[in-house]
Amino acid sequence: MSDASPLSLSRLQRYWPSHLVGEVLAKPWIDSVVPMTVMVIVLLIAQMLIPGYLGLGNLVSVSREFAEFGMVSLGMAIVVFCGGIDLSVGGVYALANLAALYLINVLGVPVVLAVPIVIVLGGLLGAINGFLIGILKIRAFLVTLATLVIFRAAVNLLLLNFASQITAAYTENATWDFLGIGKIAGVPTNVVVLAILAVVLHLLHTRSRLGWHIQAVGGARRAAHHAGIHVRWSIFSAYVACSALSALGGLFYGARQGSIGFDTGVGLEIAVLAAIVLGGVALGGGRGSVARAMAGAVITLVLTNVLVRLGVQGGATSTVLGIVLLIAIGFDVKWQKNRHKILQKAYVSPAFLKLHTPPDIKPGSGSPYELNDRLRGAEVLALGLVDGPEDVILDRQGRLYTGMRQGWIYRFSGENFATRELFANIGGRPLGLAFDRDDNLIVCVSGMGLYGVKPEGEVFKLTDQTNRSWFSIRDDSIIRLADDLDIAPDGKIYFSDASVRYDLHSWIFDGLEGRRNGRILCYDPATATTRTFVSGLIFPNGICMEADGRSFLFAESYGCMVSRCWIEGPKRGRVERVIKDLPGIPDNINRASDGNYWLAMVGMRSPVWDLALTMPGFRVRMVKRVPRDEWLAPNLNLGCVIKFAADGRILDCLWDGARINNPAITSMREHQGWLYLGGLTSNRITRIKLDRADPAFVGPVAYWGAPRIAGSQAGQPA
Amino acid sequence: MVGLAKEARARHGTLAASLTQERIVFGLTIVALAVFSLLLPGFFSRQNLLNLARNVSVLGIVATGLAIVVIGRGIDLSGTAIMAVGAAWAVTLSAGGTPETLALLLGLGLVVLMGVANGLLVAFIEIPPIFVTLATGLLIFGIGQFVLIRTLIVHLPASASFMPLLGQSKIAGVPIQILVAAVVMILAHLFLKYLRWGRFTFAQGDNIETARLTGIKVRPLLVGQYVLAAVIAYVGGILLAGANPTFSISVASAGMMYDVILVVVLGGVSLGGGSGGMSSVLAGTLLIGTLINGMTIMDVSEQWQSLVKGFVLLLAIVLDSALHPRDEETTRQNDI
Repeated sequence: MSDASPLSLSRLQRYWPSHLVGEVLAKPWIDSVVPMTVMVIVLLIAQMLIPGYLGLGNLVSVSREFAEFGMVSLGMAIVVFCGGIDLSVGGVYALANLAALYLINVLGVPVVLAVPIVIVLGGLLGAINGFLIGILKIRAFLVTLATLVIFRAAVNLLLLNFASQITAAYTENATWDFLGIGKIAGVPTNVVVLAILAVVLHLLHTRSRLGWHIQAVGGARRAAHHAGIHVRWSIFSAYVACSALSALGGLFYGARQGSIGFDTGVGLEIAVLAAIVLGGVALGGGRGSVARAMAGAVITLVLTNVLVRLGVQGGATSTVLGIVLLIAIGFDVKWQKNRHKILQKAYVSPAFLKLHTPPDIKPGSGSPYELNDRLRGAEVLALGLVDGPEDVILDRQGRLYTGMRQGWIYRFSGENFATRELFANIGGRPLGLAFDRDDNLIVCVSGMGLYGVKPEGEVFKLTDQTNRSWFSIRDDSIIRLADDLDIAPDGKIYFSDASVRYDLHSWIFDGLEGRRNGRILCYDPATATTRTFVSGLIFPNGICMEADGRSFLFAESYGCMVSRCWIEGPKRGRVERVIKDLPGIPDNINRASDGNYWLAMVGMRSPVWDLALTMPGFRVRMVKRVPRDEWLAPNLNLGCVIKFAADGRILDCLWDGARINNPAITSMREHQGWLYLGGLTSNRITRIKLDRADPAFVGPVAYWGAPRIAGSQAGQPA
Repeated sequence: MVGLAKEARARHGTLAASLTQERIVFGLTIVALAVFSLLLPGFFSRQNLLNLARNVSVLGIVATGLAIVVIGRGIDLSGTAIMAVGAAWAVTLSAGGTPETLALLLGLGLVVLMGVANGLLVAFIEIPPIFVTLATGLLIFGIGQFVLIRTLIVHLPASASFMPLLGQSKIAGVPIQILVAAVVMILAHLFLKYLRWGRFTFAQGDNIETARLTGIKVRPLLVGQYVLAAVIAYVGGILLAGANPTFSISVASAGMMYDVILVVVLGGVSLGGGSGGMSSVLAGTLLIGTLINGMTIMDVSEQWQSLVKGFVLLLAIVLDSALHPRDEETTRQNDI
């Protein structure tokens, strides 16, 4: 990065946090932004049209009306969360209003008793809906349409008989008035009740078992059923809650108005539905929050309130609500359908990356990387028995271990490694492997974290999360792409998490982005904690502890560099470059028997790729305009293995000219004079005899000393 | 194969299998007719029966339009609003001096537009039809009330001749209303049974994805269904407007839509789509007509009538759900 070239916009682009756009869009709370903004705008417009609208006096009087409406909205929201709908809320509201007034005015029931009676009555009405919809699985829209008709007819019938009685028996009642027109600390009573209800419901929705069940049922009914959730009872309870809340709303309305008319609660279902859909609660369930439902309720109520104040006829208000409902649902449908497409386009955010000029690899160029064909004679092992051996490792007994795409770890032993055993089934995608002091096999599992396998094959988890960094938008406490590891003499495990933005299935895109998304984490077995050790790396991959145990070497794949990171001494945590201009994309690093290091290269750089990395604008256009399968991708077809010294000198280079046995080499291990090679996409493991290697070199011995387990030297190569 | 065929034959042979919802409803209608005839003096007279049929003919017509949409697994809650506003606008225009024929054609144009709007919102914006038509119902009513007609009640002008002819005159003692309803139902039946788009409507109602994959142009088909429903509702509206000297568009808001749904669901046009037909609509219409007629003769108040209708509707939905249980495999997540 030290190349002197003029300052350009492209270079400055790396400081522009364009990747945050995609990360913000991927957040679940992004759905709330629109309704909240609309709410603020509507309130401001109301203030402009009607001076003093946001004044305290007006707010208090509007909020009284709002509280009742808000309670019904909360009820409807619960039902919509679970994928249903309740059109009968208006009927329940009117019935509860009637019941409350009859109980208190005519029968003289104390308010303290009347309130629970009315709520239970509402719950019972809801139980009818819940039974038909939840238990009998009938379509919610029609059931509640029918119960709306029935409830309304009942209200009209009862009104004929009781209206005059209720009005005649009106008496002063302090408690009743407190509910209707009283205040608590200057705030209307019903608003206080609504606020408490909203908080409680929010907690229930986001943190209680029933709330999660209702959300799960709304999100995916069949999946919820298969997960063992009582789908029917969850739906049933949602309808009971909805009607109980509607009844409460009706009760407060009765307390405030003290009278009842034929039009009480008429059209309430439309207004409430418009409210919660405007708030961004998705019809069909699974998405939404209490806060959003409340925001939608504010929008709707202010809208209708302002229309009434401006002298618009009553009927026109419902027309306007109809239009608003239509627009809101249309927006909701399109947003739900296209959200992931927008996200997909906005997420990949290429950055400026200038790589160092690659060294020549032509034969006869005198470069240490000169092409040759030394891997051609490699011996093929386990042909067709493995699928993607990303890393290979040999234990003290000379048995060969490798991870499979399917989440398995195989062990090969015996003559020519002919015996294959399923050593462990971890799941995820096992990548980097290392033995610890106690001969446990420690594995980096992509998508899962850091796991260990005991010698007898028992799998145990070491860690699956690290500390979340400040200001991270995308949750970076998750270990998405644990790639390779090595273990320090004190037992601390240093492992690379190649990208905080991409998972293994899209690791190519991280290269396309060329952004410093990777990091190296450190797991401390003494405290069983994981902390981020170094961050801001370009796809860190292979890690290898240096012999003195004071630092480790690591490769940054898309940065085409090898660096050293100090873990002890005054330079602790500091990173210094060892090789800055690799001709290809480095993968794993491992020790050689002569004190130097082996490095696998999974693919080679090309001038086009290097150039594209310096042109973020070009890559942005490519990502947005060209289908995914036609994007430029790094070459992962040809690779090599190099040997380098701790100071960065290139000592040796092995190429496979035929590109059949070792097309994209991701790992190599030296063991007793042989070099074992694995590849991310290979169906075989190969090994090649090394000329000047220590024939007694065994990896775990080099790390942890003489064998503590006296075992036969199984799998001894001929 | 032999076993399957035998089983199928056995199933068809049982009494339970032959009891389709449609047949049950026909049976109930006959029972209700018999009971009312025995209990209510003057019920079983030619005049009263014609009256009964005349009273539900408009309901039957609007239900026919809705049935076509429901067979395609949609729903049209704006039917009565389209009916009322379309007809009332035609009346207003002709009262304002426009020739009656032209006024009727303009009204037709208006309802076609409304149907197209419904169809486009359902087919292209992909909003669930329940919400589209709920909202457009309100919208159409509002436009009628505040823009096109500016009042709730319109008066049939003296110059009008065609509308009163349809609404009030009789052929051989049979009100033309009944005949029009019969013609509409027969045409709809022929459309559903013999026209390609009619057969496609069933296919779409069974499984819209499969219909699309087999090459049916589902979106134009959807729009066509809503337009058809709107036009059929308009015919009902003209009958209604022609029947009396004054016509109030508030019929649309007075729960008539519930009656229409009741008729459709009652007869066995499943809301799950793909099943039922015109005989189902006929069965539902007759049962509701009989019930309303009987209750009116018994002087049951309007509130009680709507309570009874609400319960019958609920019963019909429960029955529909029991006979055509939700297919969880083809139910979409947001099918509410």
